Amino acid sequence: MVNNEAVLSVRDIAKNFGSVRALSSAHLEIRAGEVHAVMGANGAGKSTLVKILTGVFAADGGTVTLNGKSRTFRSPAEARAAGIVSVYQDPALVPDLTVAQNMRLARVQFTEVRHWLGELGVRQLHDGDMIRELPYATLRLLDLARALASNPVILLLDEITAALPADLAAQVFKIMRTWRESGKSVIFISHRMAEVSSLCDRATVLRDGRTVGVVEMTSGADEQIVSLMLGTEIAAHAKSAGGPLGDLSSVGDRKVALAVTDLHYGHALCGVSFTLRRGEVLGVSALEGQGQQELFDCIAGVRRYASGTIRVNEAPLRPRHPADAIRAGVVLIPANRVEALLPQRSIAENVALAGFGKLSSWGPIAMASERERVATAVQRLRIDTRAESEVKRLSGGNQQKVVIARWLASGFGTLLCFDPTRGIDIGTKRQIYALVRELAAAGNAVLLFTSEMPEIALTCDRVIVLYAGKVVRGMPATEADEASLLRAAHGLAAGGGGQPAQ
Amino acid sequence: MTAIDTAREATHASRMLRFARRNPALAGMPALLVAAMLFTLLIHPSFGSFELQSLALAALPLALAACAQAVVVISGGIDLSVGSMMSVANVLAGSLMSHGSTTAALGWSAAILVAGAAQGLMNGLLVKISRIPDVVVTLTTGFILGGVALLIMERPGGGAPAGFLDLAAGSWISEWLPNAAVFLAVVVCAIWIPVVRSRLGLLIYATGSDRVAAFRSGVDTDFARLMAYVISGLFSACGGIALTMTTGIGAPLSGTIYTLSGLAAIVIGGVSLSGGKGGMTGPVIAAILLSLIPADLIFLNIDPNYGQVIQGTLIVIVVMAGGFAVSWQGRK
Repeated sequence: MVNNEAVLSVRDIAKNFGSVRALSSAHLEIRAGEVHAVMGANGAGKSTLVKILTGVFAADGGTVTLNGKSRTFRSPAEARAAGIVSVYQDPALVPDLTVAQNMRLARVQFTEVRHWLGELGVRQLHDGDMIRELPYATLRLLDLARALASNPVILLLDEITAALPADLAAQVFKIMRTWRESGKSVIFISHRMAEVSSLCDRATVLRDGRTVGVVEMTSGADEQIVSLMLGTEIAAHAKSAGGPLGDLSSVGDRKVALAVTDLHYGHALCGVSFTLRRGEVLGVSALEGQGQQELFDCIAGVRRYASGTIRVNEAPLRPRHPADAIRAGVVLIPANRVEALLPQRSIAENVALAGFGKLSSWGPIAMASERERVATAVQRLRIDTRAESEVKRLSGGNQQKVVIARWLASGFGTLLCFDPTRGIDIGTKRQIYALVRELAAAGNAVLLFTSEMPEIALTCDRVIVLYAGKVVRGMPATEADEASLLRAAHGLAAGGGGQPAQ
Repeated sequence: MTAIDTAREATHASRMLRFARRNPALAGMPALLVAAMLFTLLIHPSFGSFELQSLALAALPLALAACAQAVVVISGGIDLSVGSMMSVANVLAGSLMSHGSTTAALGWSAAILVAGAAQGLMNGLLVKISRIPDVVVTLTTGFILGGVALLIMERPGGGAPAGFLDLAAGSWISEWLPNAAVFLAVVVCAIWIPVVRSRLGLLIYATGSDRVAAFRSGVDTDFARLMAYVISGLFSACGGIALTMTTGIGAPLSGTIYTLSGLAAIVIGGVSLSGGKGGMTGPVIAAILLSLIPADLIFLNIDPNYGQVIQGTLIVIVVMAGGFAVSWQGRK
C-alpha cells in the first residue's frame, strides 16, 4: 500500500529553549500507508519534534506541510482537527471524568472507540467507569482507541509499548499493521530496536537536533541506525564483547558496599540486581525512562521499593525516608541541583545542612568546628567562593560541587550520582570526573548514572545497562564504547548485530 | 426475565454504591444536615418556622458565595475576590434601588448581574493574559473591588423597595418554606444546570482535574478557566443582591467575610481544592450547616464566637479525612 507521496512533510524545523538549541534542522517525511520510526539518542530532539508536530510548542523556524498545505499548529486542538493525533507516554485522559466524558472531551464517537477497544482486546470497560480507577495498561489502550476513533491522517505513538504487557503490545502491533493497510500513516517512537525493525517501513534518525538520515527498514538497518545515532561509522567496528555480570579482578577482593538483589518497583523496575564494591565506580547507562530514576530513588529512600533486597555493607536497608539511607552512609546527588540545595542560603549553610541530622543535642550549633569542617570540604573541591552568600548565584558546576561538599563534610560510604554533569560546562565536568575517581580511590563506592555515554569510559570501572526495568548487560568500562552501550540500551543482544553496517 | 431484572437491580444497587463512593459529599451531606437539624430540635424543641426563616436568610449569601468559589476551584483555580465582588453588588443594589419601584429594582438587578459577570471576566482575563498565579491576581482584584465598594458607598445605608426585599425575606408559599430557600434553589439551578449539562461544564471539570491531559485532549483550557471566573462573578453578584435582600441595605464591607467562609463551605461540601471534583449541592448544604452552628450555640447558651472555632475544626477534619482517603486508595 505504500506509495511515495508524502502526506506530511517537515522541513528545517528549528527550536530553541533560551540558549539551548533543541532542534536546528529537523526533516521528516511521512508517506501514506507507512509506519515511520523516529529514532535518536537522549537529547537528540525527538520529543521536541513531536511536540511541535502536535501543537504543544511553536517552532522557531521551518515548515510543516500536511496534505500539500503549509500548516502551523498553535494548540493540540488544532493539530487534532488537522488530523495529527498522538498518544503520549502518559495517557491524556482526565482522571476525574468518566470514560464517556473523556470521549466527549475529544469529540469522538463512543461506538467507534468501542470498536477499536474490541480490536485491541479490551472488553471489560463501561462508559461510566472513572478514569482514576482504571489500570494503567487499560488507560493506554483506551487512549489509543480514542486516537484511532478520531480517524487521524497521521497517528503519532510515543513509546506506546512502554509498560504494556507483551500480549497487549502484540495486539497493538496487529492494529498498526491493519491501520497501515488502510492507507493511513503512523509515526512510531520507541527505544526498542526490535519493535522498530519488525513494525516500521522506514526510520528517520535525529542527532543533536538535526535529521542525519532516513533508513529503509531492511536487514542490517539496525546497525545503520545505530551508526547514524552515533554520528560515525565506529558502530561497524565496535567490539561485541559482553562480560558476565561479575566482578573485575582488580576490585574483586574488596568488600561489597552495596548489593541490590531482585529489586522491584511498580512497572519501572522488574528485578534489578548488581553489586558495587568499595573503591569502585559502577556506571549505569540507559535511555530515558528505563527505570534508572526509580532505581536511584529506591536506594536513596526517596521511593519505597516493592520487593527485593538492598544491602549496604552487608546490612539490609529498606529506607522509608532519605534520612534512613543517609544514616546508612548512602547519599544521593540528584541531577537537578536545586532539589538538593537551599538556593537563597550561603555555601557554608548548605554544606553544613546534612551534618545537622547527626546533632545529638538541641543546643546551639558549634560554629567553630562547623566552619572548619565546611572550609575543608570547600577547599578540597576548589569551589569558587566569590558568590558564597547565595548558592543560587553559583554556576551549575559549582552548585554541584556544593552538594558533593555537603556529603564530604558529613561523611558517607556510598555515593549515588544521578547524571551529575547535566548542564555543566566541560571544564567543570572534568573536575567532577576527577573528583568521582578521587572519592572512589579513598575507598568510597560510587554508583553513577549518566545520560552521556562517553562519560562511562572516562569515569567508571564497570557499567550495567538498564533496559525496560532490567539489567540487560554488564561490562568492564574499557569495553563500554558508545556503540556497545547504545546497542544494549536499545535492547539489542550483545553480539546481535555482529555483521557490519552496509 | 427475573434473572435480567435481578441483574439490573444489582447494577442499580452497585451504581448507587459507586455513586456514594465517588461523591461522598453528595451522599453524606444531606444525612449530616438531617442529623444537625434533629440535634437542633433536640436542644431547642420550639424551633419553628421563624427560626427556619432566619436560618434560610443567614445561609443564602453564604451559599451563593460558596457556589461562586466552587466553580473556580472545580476549574483548578481559586478566587479570593468573591467577598469584594459581593460587596460591590451589595452597595450597587443599596444605592441604585433606594428610590424606586420593585420593577425598577429588578431591572437594576439585571444590570448588577452584568457588572458581576464583567468583574469575573476581568479576573479571568488577568489570570489568562498575565500568567500570574490566580491567588495573587484575585487577591489584588479583591483589594481593588473592596476599594470600589467603599467609593460607591462610604458607610452602610441605602435600601431597596419592600416588595423586592420580600423576594428573599418573605415566605409566600408556606411559612415552612422561606422565600430565601426558593430563591437560592432557583438561582443555583438557573446558573449551574445549563453549565453542567453543556460542553462547558465538561471542559471546566476536565481542566480542573488534569490541565495537561485536558490540553492534550484538545481542550481550550484557558477558555474553560475564563468562563469559570465569569460564572463566579455572576454567582457573586447574586450573593451581593441577596445581601441587600436579607439586610435591607447596602454596606461596603458586607461581603468581606464571605471569601473565606465560602471557601470553608466548599471544602466541607466536598469540592476538592486540587480541582475537578465536587458540585453545587455539597457547598450549598455545607453553607446551611455552617449557618446553623452559631444558632445552635445560642440555643446552647455558648458564646456564638465559638462558631468560628468549630468551623475551622470541621475544615481540618474534612481535609484530613480527604487526605487519608487518597492515601488509602493509593495503597490499594
